[in-house]
Amino acid sequence: MKTDDLIALVSQDLRPVDPRAIGRSYGLVVFIGAAAALLMTRAPIGLTPFVPDYFGEPMLWLKLGFGVAVAATCLWAATRLGRPGTRAGWPLAWAVVPFAVVWAVGLATLVGAPAALRADLIFGETWRSCTGTLALLSMPTLIGALLALRMMAPTRPMWAGAAAGGLAGGIAATVYSLHCPELAAPFLAVWYVLGVLIPVGVGAVIGRYLLRW
Amino acid sequence: MDEPSKAAADTRERRLYDLLVAAQVGDAAAYTQFLTELAANLRGFLRPRMARLPDEIEDVVQEVLLAIHTKRHTYKPDQPLTAWVYGIARYKMVDLLRRRRLDVKLDSIDDIDEFLLAAEQVPPGTRRDLDKLLNQLPDKQRLPIVHMKLDGLSVVETAKATGLSESAVKVGVHRGLKALTSLIRNRR
Repeated sequence: MKTDDLIALVSQDLRPVDPRAIGRSYGLVVFIGAAAALLMTRAPIGLTPFVPDYFGEPMLWLKLGFGVAVAATCLWAATRLGRPGTRAGWPLAWAVVPFAVVWAVGLATLVGAPAALRADLIFGETWRSCTGTLALLSMPTLIGALLALRMMAPTRPMWAGAAAGGLAGGIAATVYSLHCPELAAPFLAVWYVLGVLIPVGVGAVIGRYLLRW
Repeated sequence: MDEPSKAAADTRERRLYDLLVAAQVGDAAAYTQFLTELAANLRGFLRPRMARLPDEIEDVVQEVLLAIHTKRHTYKPDQPLTAWVYGIARYKMVDLLRRRRLDVKLDSIDDIDEFLLAAEQVPPGTRRDLDKLLNQLPDKQRLPIVHMKLDGLSVVETAKATGLSESAVKVGVHRGLKALTSLIRNRR
């Protein structure tokens, strides 16, 4: 086949591009991912329903803020990593901020606490289930975000997969924090962070293979 | 980069940008022109880098053009065109050259300005690679492509010649192009 023939053929296949299609597909991923995580907290996992009394607790807002900030920065990074020729340096740098804040608050709490209480602040009562549940809740979003990235053209598949994982982990942390009874910052700094890092790692590994094009 | 070539690169970027933006809303003539000029860039860029493999150049050019086509929806008009085009071209070139184990210095392909200014209009003769892959497609996809490409038939004429409906011809071409892209990826 001559190159000119190929070009003529491909031009026949031209149809207008919908500039908002990519934004829509990510919107859908976030919506379905969050809805699926909320549903999972009901029947299959059977978490305690959210207690409105928590609204007064600053820690609830730290947990929620952590999840939302991780999700937002990673969504930003994922859309940029899906487009060739755009850099994701800024979104990735911002994605580090919620982790840094949570660690700083957690560390400050530990330092200021009596030594005898420190283990309680870290382990709380639900440390065994927190990380695994969070990772589980992130899976629907992770699958959706990887599929959305597959429709794009990530030139760094591993990073794109990791960003998809961060988005999934952030959404899962947001949903889980509505059900989680723990109110100590060191707990958040360890188990929530681990729960978010699992989908990040899974996304990076899968992305490396699945997101090649 | 010196001043004159900087100016030349800017003009070139502007021109390709206008063509692609027109193509994105459905202007097929602009799209043909865009791809033709891009092919010249790719060819000129690859020529010195694949000096010992002149016969392979056009295959790589064609495969990069196909990738641009299937990924054209990832371009956002407010981003620099060169970075986008070159991002795709670079990814594909690295991938294809590695898969074929062609002996090309990949570190020398990082020159985006050189890419923009390289141009080689005259395409070498017919290439075999896509034809071989074309034969692997099911008739539903292969026949519309063969008729429209080889005989230069229109959609209506192809529909008559193949007995397919017009929309089946269009769908066949569309799916065939996608299938070709993945065949290229999985070949080696």
